[in-house]
Amino acid sequence: MRNVFSAPVSTELLSELPRRRSAVLRFAMDEPLGALGLVVIVASVLLTLFAPLIAPYDPLANDYGAAVQAPSALHWLGTDSFGRDIFSRVLYGGRTALLIGVTASFIGCTIGALLGIGSAYFGGWMDLILERFMEILLAIPITVLALVLVSTLGRDMMLGIDVNLVFAIALPIIPKMARVARSQALSMRRMSYVDAARTLGFGHFRIIALHMAPNIFGPYIVMLTAFVSQAILIEASLSYLGLGVVEPTPSWGLMLAGNAFNTAMTAPWIVIFPGLAIAIVIFAFSMFGDALRDLLDPKSNRDR
Amino acid sequence: MIRYVISRLLLSIPTLLGVATLIFFMLNVLPGDAVETMLRAEGGNPTPELVASERARLGLDRPILVQYGDFLSGLATFDLGTSSWTGKPVVEEIALRLPVTLQVAVLAMLLALAIAIPLGTIAGVYHETWIDYAIRSFAIGGIALPSFWFGMLIALVMLWYFNWLPPLGSPSLFDDPLRLLQQLALPAIAIGYRYAAILIRMMRSSVIEVMHEDFVRTARAKGLRAGHIIRRHVIPNSLLPTITMIGLEFALLIGSLVVIEQVFSLNGIGRLFLDAVSRSDLAIIQGIVMVLTVIFVVVNLLVDFAYAAIDPRIKLA
Repeated sequence: MRNVFSAPVSTELLSELPRRRSAVLRFAMDEPLGALGLVVIVASVLLTLFAPLIAPYDPLANDYGAAVQAPSALHWLGTDSFGRDIFSRVLYGGRTALLIGVTASFIGCTIGALLGIGSAYFGGWMDLILERFMEILLAIPITVLALVLVSTLGRDMMLGIDVNLVFAIALPIIPKMARVARSQALSMRRMSYVDAARTLGFGHFRIIALHMAPNIFGPYIVMLTAFVSQAILIEASLSYLGLGVVEPTPSWGLMLAGNAFNTAMTAPWIVIFPGLAIAIVIFAFSMFGDALRDLLDPKSNRDR
Repeated sequence: MIRYVISRLLLSIPTLLGVATLIFFMLNVLPGDAVETMLRAEGGNPTPELVASERARLGLDRPILVQYGDFLSGLATFDLGTSSWTGKPVVEEIALRLPVTLQVAVLAMLLALAIAIPLGTIAGVYHETWIDYAIRSFAIGGIALPSFWFGMLIALVMLWYFNWLPPLGSPSLFDDPLRLLQQLALPAIAIGYRYAAILIRMMRSSVIEVMHEDFVRTARAKGLRAGHIIRRHVIPNSLLPTITMIGLEFALLIGSLVVIEQVFSLNGIGRLFLDAVSRSDLAIIQGIVMVLTVIFVVVNLLVDFAYAAIDPRIKLA
């Protein structure tokens, strides 16, 4: 514990007080890119949430009379080779991307954090075995691991999303989060409040969930945000390869697949807009994630 | 140094053994009958007898532990089994495709380093100026653009403005290096951009940090010229964290290789993998995962060795 009575610390605390009032404004001033990222994230969540109200066309409706049309007042971003409205498909594709990206990152980070804390808390054999297992998972390149999983598990739809796909994207995240959680929890294990909780006879689960987990909330949120962009990228790549989301579900990766490239030689809008959507969302989550890391971890380099 | 190298090599064996075990059980225990999928891919509706005889031919009717033992002893002698589709040894199939993939990877890596070290250094030295902002924007682009989409865009731009498409076929490095370079340049740029972007950010922040070190101040006080300080003191010290990043980010590079081969119709490991998936060719899938994992582990070992070789402060344990 720091000595709160020493002069430099107390002045530091005092000067913190007035600045705290406008936390949002300060965040926007200190981290303009992060703030921009947050705005884009909120905007894309709203756009995809209200997609049925905003989309001018049914994203699945073929209209061969209007196939491969350039962007116009009628079709804002043009149409694809089946005459489907690209703007509507990009909106609905965003639902798929955000839903899968956020759930996969959430599942991966939560399991990873719990395993990491548990590994540090119990120590001994449990720690040794979990650590070796994480090392093995880390040794397999992420996209390859996801590819093997989706190709062996097949599809298993639940509430409109492919559970196995989400799991395949989440699995490579687990060891990375576990590493961070474990190293934080190792120093926490010796803290007096953990000893106190143990002396009071609290169960292991209660100590891990209520006393240790809240203390790694900062790194957890940072990694959760950062891994959403990785998850969206992997979903797009897998769908592009034909191993992720399947037709007719609109997905950005899927919109680039098949003969989209050949069609794009004369009709570039077919590949430009879905790819741009992926890039914008990945940009937003990475920038917001970086800003959060700078904010929550004062030790990290602010200039990065 | 030699002792360090040997001990690190030995330590990576249990990890690889673990990967082999994990992949084997993932592919063989999880639901889904590979033989049936394969026969369906050949066309027609296979009878149960045909499925059974195929399983016997491929040795898939033996107890799972016997198959596992077989797989491991095969690994020890670099025998990855035979492809159930072509009937050729897996090693042969992979060896045929690996050169293209490795050439793209090496080209992308060289390109990324050639861009990232100078740009990262300039951005770090002139940080918070317009040139820094320009380089950072360039780096943000590399992080946001999905490499397969970026690859499509540059291919389209080359086509529209120069009426040029990468040559087809499989030119060899020794017979026709220029043609090979033409074929692999765009895929390498597409995946190298992201890699470069990550290294630029790393290099920039470590240059900023090193510039504040005491030894840089001492060098300045001695009256050394700025260019000399940057070349002799700042860059070598900033390279260390950047080199670590090369190893860590190589995992993503391998993933983008698989995807980029599809964009540029290259006949590499990625194509082989996707074909094997659609035919449920388990031996090939296992083989490719093992080879890619070995490459990833070796790259990280090399990074550690480079680290130890560059930085005299690191004690070899």
